[in-house]
Amino acid sequence: MSMNPSAPVCEVCNVWTEYGPTIIHQDLNLEVQHGEVMALVGGSGSGKTTLLRHIVGLTEPSRGEIRLFGKVLATLDREQQRQTRNRFGMLFQQGALFSALNVFENIAFPLRELRQFDEDAIHLLVMHKLALVELEPRHAWLLPAQLSGGMIKRVGLARALALEPELLVLDEPTAGLDPDRSENFVRLVKNLRHQLGLTVIFVTHDLDTLTSLTDRVAVLADQRIVACCELRQLGMVEHPFAQNFFQGVEHRLKLLG
Amino acid sequence: MADATFRVEDRPDGSRNVVLSGCWSLRAVDNNFADLREQLRPFFADPFTHWDLTGIEQIDSAGATVLLSGWGHRLDNRITLLPEQRTQFTTLASLPARLSMQTGRGRVKTQAQRSWESYLAFVSHLLDFIGLMGALLLEILHLLRHPHEIPWKEISANVYKGGVLALPVTGLVGFMIGIAMSYLMALQLRKFGADIFIINILGLAIIRELGPILMAVLVAGRSGSAMTAQIGVMRVTEEIDALATMGISRVLRLIFPKVIGLTLVAPLLVFWTSCWALVGGMIAAKLQLGIGFAFFLDYLPRVVQPVNLSLSMVKALMFGLLVTLIACHFGLRVKPNTESLSANTTTSVVVAITAVILVDAVFAIFTRNVGL
Repeated sequence: MSMNPSAPVCEVCNVWTEYGPTIIHQDLNLEVQHGEVMALVGGSGSGKTTLLRHIVGLTEPSRGEIRLFGKVLATLDREQQRQTRNRFGMLFQQGALFSALNVFENIAFPLRELRQFDEDAIHLLVMHKLALVELEPRHAWLLPAQLSGGMIKRVGLARALALEPELLVLDEPTAGLDPDRSENFVRLVKNLRHQLGLTVIFVTHDLDTLTSLTDRVAVLADQRIVACCELRQLGMVEHPFAQNFFQGVEHRLKLLG
Repeated sequence: MADATFRVEDRPDGSRNVVLSGCWSLRAVDNNFADLREQLRPFFADPFTHWDLTGIEQIDSAGATVLLSGWGHRLDNRITLLPEQRTQFTTLASLPARLSMQTGRGRVKTQAQRSWESYLAFVSHLLDFIGLMGALLLEILHLLRHPHEIPWKEISANVYKGGVLALPVTGLVGFMIGIAMSYLMALQLRKFGADIFIINILGLAIIRELGPILMAVLVAGRSGSAMTAQIGVMRVTEEIDALATMGISRVLRLIFPKVIGLTLVAPLLVFWTSCWALVGGMIAAKLQLGIGFAFFLDYLPRVVQPVNLSLSMVKALMFGLLVTLIACHFGLRVKPNTESLSANTTTSVVVAITAVILVDAVFAIFTRNVGL
């Protein structure tokens, strides 16, 4: 298998999303390069999660196309689709853990589906992923209902990482966590990114998460991407939402130096 | 990214050297670790094989795990690693091994333990059920003192959902059963020349037994399961807790309207079902035995005493109450996971139907001298 490292991991080309008369995305373009952390910001209801769902292939845009690793998911056959889907991991806003399975089985699920590992290897891999997200082995036998909010996110992340993906898609990774935990979570994602060489796309409202994690930020407003640049250059963008947003980020950036 | 491969070299001392190369990771999507493990199995088994991993482009936890578990979770000097690979493998090897962990599964229970557990489960169900009835009674007493709190809207919604929307299906099923019964019995009765008795048999069987039972089975399957699932999901999504924090009693707002709504509508449904079953029976009797509609309707009240209708209504009230109470009981026992939701919904329907038939049998024995 050959891979061109300079090709974008994810390309969103002229995407339109329409629900009846409501237009959510209008001729939207976005590129995420290999190895970068891209944040998607925008007001509530601006279509961030919808865009994320398009990217991972849960929904299809009305017009335009989305290429992941250079391929359009919908055009692939079943086997290729499965292979491409295994190259990215998604963390849902509420975790979306399988409620009937315990933590171990949740993380083991994608590994078992691959049918390449025996029980011994699966056990070791699950323990490795648990250690990666800083959970203890004894947590493996808990059910999702017995976990705290922060733990659910961690287990969700561990499950998303189970197949060693190249791309991680996070929907509001720190929403609902206290500042301490959300800081921990950000540190975790940062570490993982260095350890595993991940590309990350994430949606967030949390300015702290944004300033400490992101390389580039894409601002979604007026049904399109009004700015896609480094956080520091956001001040130069002539758009009320971007300006407003930058004011919130500015002093945090100064603190970081 | 090259796929994971390996080659085997002979060493001067007669042992073998396995040299791994390529990309031992899941990111090379054409890798199949099951095949690789199979191909490496003879070398894993040989304790004198040397391993050289220095030629590997990239190795991730999946590749490392397959190798490590092949080596029996040990690293020794037969294995040549790059420094960063060594860190990776040492980390993996330090994780708790599978056999050392108490998984909480796999313990075999004896028959005695299992019976004891099912006995305990039964007792806990019984206690919960009694508790539910007690809570309902207290709410009714509360409502008697504060009549303005009666949730009329919810009751009406339940009458509509459990009653009005059930009319087509109960009517249809009643009609079909009526035709089937009448048709079969007509064949038998004609042999004895006892054609006229079809009215007695149909009237008694449908009004006294089949109508209430049919209604109960249909309502348990239709409304009972819906109630269990609804209350169950509300527990899963913490909606019931939300109600409680607003100071609204869950029994008053959720259980009471369902119980009252369905109990009140049950006699009407039974009447409706029985009517359609009789219509079906009449049609079959006319086609098979030539008994006219007018004669059938004229003769029916003379052979089936009106008290049977009252019995049927009493049964309907009991069955409606029983089905709803059981549905609510199981709904409240749903734990916040999908498995528990499906298990409780199934059990709710099964238990409701069994309980209805059980109560019907007991009722039949106690009323054996009434109306026959």
